[in-house]
Amino acid sequence: MAASTKQVCQVSNQMSPTRRPARIPTEQETHGRRGRSITDDDANAINRVEELSYDLKVHEVMTASLKIASPEMPLSQVLEILRVNRISGVPVVKDNELIGILSLEDIVHAMQKNELSAPVSAYMTRKLVTVASYDSIVSAIQKFSDSRLGRLPVVDENYKLVGMITKGDITRGILIALQKDYKEEEVRRYRASHLFEDIISDRTTLVLRYNIKAQDFTHGGNASSHIKRALLRLGADPQIARRCGIAVYEAEINLIIHTTHGGILKLEVESHRITMSTIDDGPGIPDIEQVLQAGYSTATEQVREMGFGAGMGLVNIKRCVDKMDIESTVGKGTKLTMRIHVPTENFTGRKEE
Amino acid sequence: MNLQQIIDQLNLTILTEPRDFSLILPGGGYTSDLLSCVMAGAKSNCLWITLQAHLNIVAVAALLEVAAIIITEGAKPDSATIAKANEQGIILLSTDKPTFEIDGKLWEMGIHILE
Repeated sequence: MAASTKQVCQVSNQMSPTRRPARIPTEQETHGRRGRSITDDDANAINRVEELSYDLKVHEVMTASLKIASPEMPLSQVLEILRVNRISGVPVVKDNELIGILSLEDIVHAMQKNELSAPVSAYMTRKLVTVASYDSIVSAIQKFSDSRLGRLPVVDENYKLVGMITKGDITRGILIALQKDYKEEEVRRYRASHLFEDIISDRTTLVLRYNIKAQDFTHGGNASSHIKRALLRLGADPQIARRCGIAVYEAEINLIIHTTHGGILKLEVESHRITMSTIDDGPGIPDIEQVLQAGYSTATEQVREMGFGAGMGLVNIKRCVDKMDIESTVGKGTKLTMRIHVPTENFTGRKEE
Repeated sequence: MNLQQIIDQLNLTILTEPRDFSLILPGGGYTSDLLSCVMAGAKSNCLWITLQAHLNIVAVAALLEVAAIIITEGAKPDSATIAKANEQGIILLSTDKPTFEIDGKLWEMGIHILE
C-alpha cells in the first residue's frame, strides 16, 4: 500500500525562483524590492512589527540622557553641543519647564543672517508637539507622520521633559525587539532540533499523544497544527512538516466524524522517520477496500454541509505519506498507521527552507 | 496584484484584524467547499474561495498557509471563527457575490494558477 509521494504530494513553493516558470514578470516584480514575493517569514515579521509598535512604549526606545539648551544660550554654543554629541536638535528648558525646541535647521536660518550670537529664544520653535513616555510608539509614529518633524520631546504624566525620541530611535527599538524575538525562537528550535543528537540511545523516539473527541468539530485541526509546529521546532523540513500536517489533519477529522467515542492520535518522531497513528474503539470499517476509493463516504448530510465527507480523506493521506495501513474490526475499532521517511539531514540541525 | 488591490476591486469586507494587505501578494487561487479537496489542491500563499464559513476552515487554512479565505454568497462566519482566525493569523474576507463571479474577476485581474 506504499504510495509514491514524491510526485503527487510535492507542494510547489511559489516563492522559490528556481521553480518559477518562464513568464513575463508582473508589474510588481519589475518594481524592485516592493514587488518581491513575501515569504511566510517576511509576513510574520511584518505582523510582529505592527504588534511591536503597540507593545513597545516610548520610554523604552527614547534617548533619556538629555542635552538641553536654555533660552538665553547663544546659538554658537548650541551648535557646539550638537556637533560634540552628534545630534540634530535639543529641547529648550527654562525653570525645569519645556518651552521650545531648537534644531540644526533653526541654526542654519540664523547662520544665513549671520546671527550665531543671537540667543536660542530668538530662533527656537515654540510650537511644541510632544509625546508621552507611557504611550505606545505607534502614537509617536503617528505624530512624526502628521507633523513631519524629525524629533519629539518626551514628557511624563506631569508634563516634565524626560527624553527625546527620533525616528531612528523607533527603528532601532523595533530591530532590537525583533532580534530578541528571533533569538528566543532560535533557542527553542535549537534545543529541540538537537534532541536527537544530545540524547544518546540505540533508538530515540519522541512520542506525542492527543485525545480526540467524537463530534468535536470546534477543536478539529488543533492537534494537527500542534504537530506541524512541533515538527518544525524539531528541525523538520517544512515540506515534510506540511505533508505530516495534511495527513494527520485528515486522520484527526476521521476520528471526529466517524468514531463512537473518539480516539487517540499519536505521533512518534525518530531521526529517520515519523510515524503517525490513530486508534479508536469503534464502530470499525466493514469494507476497507471500499473506504479507500476516492469519493466514497459514509458521512451524514449534516457533516457534508460543513464541507467534510468528500470521500477524499484517506486518499489524501495516502498521497502524503510513504506508507499507510488500516486494520479494522467491526464492533472493535480501527487502527490507522501512517509513516513518512525522513532524509538523514533532517533533525540533525536546523534546516533552512 | 496585492491583497489590498484585490480587496478594493472586489469590494470585499475584511472580517479579521486589519493589517497592511498591500504587502501580501497571493500566488494563485483555489476554489472548493470540500475541505479534503482544498487539503489536496490548494497551494501555500494562494487565495481560497469558498462558501463555507464555519470554524474548521481556519484550521485548514492555517495548515496550508493560504494567503486569505474569501467567503462568498454572503455566508457569515460566527465570532468564534473570526477569533480563531485572528489567533492563527488567517485573513477572512467576505462578499455577497457568488463564487463563480469572484473566481472570474480574480482571473481577469491576473490571479491565475501558477504551476
